[in-house]
Amino acid sequence: MVDLKDFTENYAPAPEGVEHVKLKDSYHLFINGEFQKPTSGKTMTTINPATEEKLAEVAFADEQDVNAAVKSARDAYTNIWSKLPQKERGKYIYRIARAIQERSREFAIIESLDGGKPIRESRDVDIPLAAAHFFYNAGWADKLEYAFPGRKANALGVAGQIIPWNFPLLMAAWKIAPALACGNTVVLKPAETTPLTALKLAELFQDIDLPPGVVNIVTGDGSTGSNLVSHPDVNKVAFTGSTAVGKSIKKTLAGTSKRYTLELGGKAAHIIFEDAALDQAVEGIVNGIFFNQGHVCCAGSRLYVQEGIQDELLAKLKSRMESLIIGDPLDKNTDIGAINSKNQLDKIQELTFSGKDQGGEIYQSDSCSLPEKGYWFHPTLITNVSQSHRVVQEEIFGPVLAIQSFRTVEEAIEKANNTPYGLSGGVWTDKGAKLFKITKKIRAGVMWANTFNKFDPASPFGGYKESGVGREGGLHGLYPYVELI
Amino acid sequence: MNNRLNIAKTYKLYIDGKFVRSESGRFEALQINEDSVVVNICRASRKDFRNAVSSSRKAVDGWWARTAYNRSQILYRIAETMDGRKEQFLEELQCCGMKTKAAEKEFETAVDRFVYYAGWADKFQQLFSTVNPVSSSHFNFSLPENQGVIAIMAPISSPLTGLVSLIAPAICAGNTVVCLTSGNASLAGITLAEALHASDVPAGVVNLLTGIESELAPHFASHLDVNGIVYGGSDSHISKQIEVDAAENLKRVKIFLNGDWSDEAIHSPYDILQHCEIKTTWHPIGT
Repeated sequence: MVDLKDFTENYAPAPEGVEHVKLKDSYHLFINGEFQKPTSGKTMTTINPATEEKLAEVAFADEQDVNAAVKSARDAYTNIWSKLPQKERGKYIYRIARAIQERSREFAIIESLDGGKPIRESRDVDIPLAAAHFFYNAGWADKLEYAFPGRKANALGVAGQIIPWNFPLLMAAWKIAPALACGNTVVLKPAETTPLTALKLAELFQDIDLPPGVVNIVTGDGSTGSNLVSHPDVNKVAFTGSTAVGKSIKKTLAGTSKRYTLELGGKAAHIIFEDAALDQAVEGIVNGIFFNQGHVCCAGSRLYVQEGIQDELLAKLKSRMESLIIGDPLDKNTDIGAINSKNQLDKIQELTFSGKDQGGEIYQSDSCSLPEKGYWFHPTLITNVSQSHRVVQEEIFGPVLAIQSFRTVEEAIEKANNTPYGLSGGVWTDKGAKLFKITKKIRAGVMWANTFNKFDPASPFGGYKESGVGREGGLHGLYPYVELI
Repeated sequence: MNNRLNIAKTYKLYIDGKFVRSESGRFEALQINEDSVVVNICRASRKDFRNAVSSSRKAVDGWWARTAYNRSQILYRIAETMDGRKEQFLEELQCCGMKTKAAEKEFETAVDRFVYYAGWADKFQQLFSTVNPVSSSHFNFSLPENQGVIAIMAPISSPLTGLVSLIAPAICAGNTVVCLTSGNASLAGITLAEALHASDVPAGVVNLLTGIESELAPHFASHLDVNGIVYGGSDSHISKQIEVDAAENLKRVKIFLNGDWSDEAIHSPYDILQHCEIKTTWHPIGT
């Protein structure tokens, strides 16, 4: 076997230049088309998790600010957006898509600075997909009558949207694009640790002359999101984040007529059969759990390997892990960047150690030394675990893979479904009939067959069971933003 | 004068394809006409509900595994069987306090609704599935699947049409259901079980309980092996608490407060869709 370790160490650093990135020292709230100071004057600091250095001060929106943002969105809905011909709304959304493409490198760099993800991913995945989501949805704006046979689609009004820190700009696009295309206006609350690309998006909205108030962006923490959810003049709530918060949002919305979509946690089963193309499967496993440091709700975090190939597959996987480059997110060679925050690092460590305490065996590659500053975690495998272990049951949201074996198709299905989650799943086999049996039987919203972690604006995404309610993306992603008459 | 005594029917719960009394032994006395005739209706307990959920859970994979054509025929068969028992249903609707004309309309709309959804059982998948033009070399498609076990609290105001309008789209989508029919609606509601029993509906696909809405609502909403809940009643406090309790395992919740069940516009294939999950599958296209 080729020693991939030597190969890895021969890479020279190739950092992405940051000279042309324009970041202000402080950012205000984006309300009614203008950047406004928060009424409380309170701010938060956003840092680079790879260096722990401060990037910018960001406004903290309290209840009064959220009220102002919702009012701005309501006024824009009533006076501007709902009166605009559908095709004109579509043209604004096309403009947004084009402007993101034009500035894609700047967005990519800021995404990597603020969130810690490798530039290769922000450049090749996050930002192009964000633009694609706007482009895809733009075209729906004047074609909704064809999307819902027998019914007329009316806008809902003001959408309050709360997004996570793992794909900041991409999640903003997932939320804003369909909302606008269906004729709604928006108040968006970015995640506390990754507000910068959303604020750059606000600058972009100004530049393309999006009418004031159509999209408002309020930065803050959980209390800001909570104020947005419970605001009486919000017609629809869209949330992506943890299952615990999703449930509490659902409780808050009880008794109201607000519509909601929840895109929550996951613990996806990734099933490898003996007849799979093993080298490709190993790439799929690595992409499934180490993509974006494992900060992915649909990550393939439970690996199920058919017994006969377990040793061979594990050897290949460990060998592949030796060639993963961990380090500077801005280096174009980097495979695995920084953990998004100290909080998240603590959580990953706590859960991983629980795996050890419960008798699991931990394997971490030592191919790369971790930088001294910043938040980092080695790609990790945990074997010798069973279904009841915390690392098998709970979402870790980090680069940690729990590995078990199985013998029969039925056993694989049963183990895969033995979870309250149901967001995604993966299966590798060369037998087509077996493959579709598995994808049919697993109770999850997205199934990847002989591939993993693929995303597209035309492809609906969302969970079964406790992984959420509703779909985002594709035609099905329009439903949450319309009332069918 | 006729000396022959009438044979009164014993009304029971319908769980797992069997007519059973409440395990609790409790009953409710319904006064059903001006002559003060009293009928004892089973007052289902939490335990009865849990038994019904177990039955529905057991039945769901088999029901979902049937062909859409077969589900369609079974739904149509329910309509046939109901129609053959028209006199009995009309009598019970009138016992519940409906006038003759209203009872006829209630019955006929209910039967027609099963026919309507029978027709959708093998078509809604085509309407709501998509092949998605992704920008990579993958065959990507989205299909509706069933959700699992749906708990239904049927309206009292529309004993038959309301009940059927809630059951039919749920089982059409391949789910199994546990339904509560309560108060004056119980007589006609639980009699639907007799039509279901004679209609090739597999045991557990529809479980029917009679009982008290306010007593059972918390159990319906908080059971962790229930995937969805539909409330068709008229109490906004109950419906709000259902939403809160249902959040614990993120049941899909649908509330119809004071729905007008006779309205044709109330039913559409979108009612089936709300009992579905959309699954998207990716598969590489290569050599």
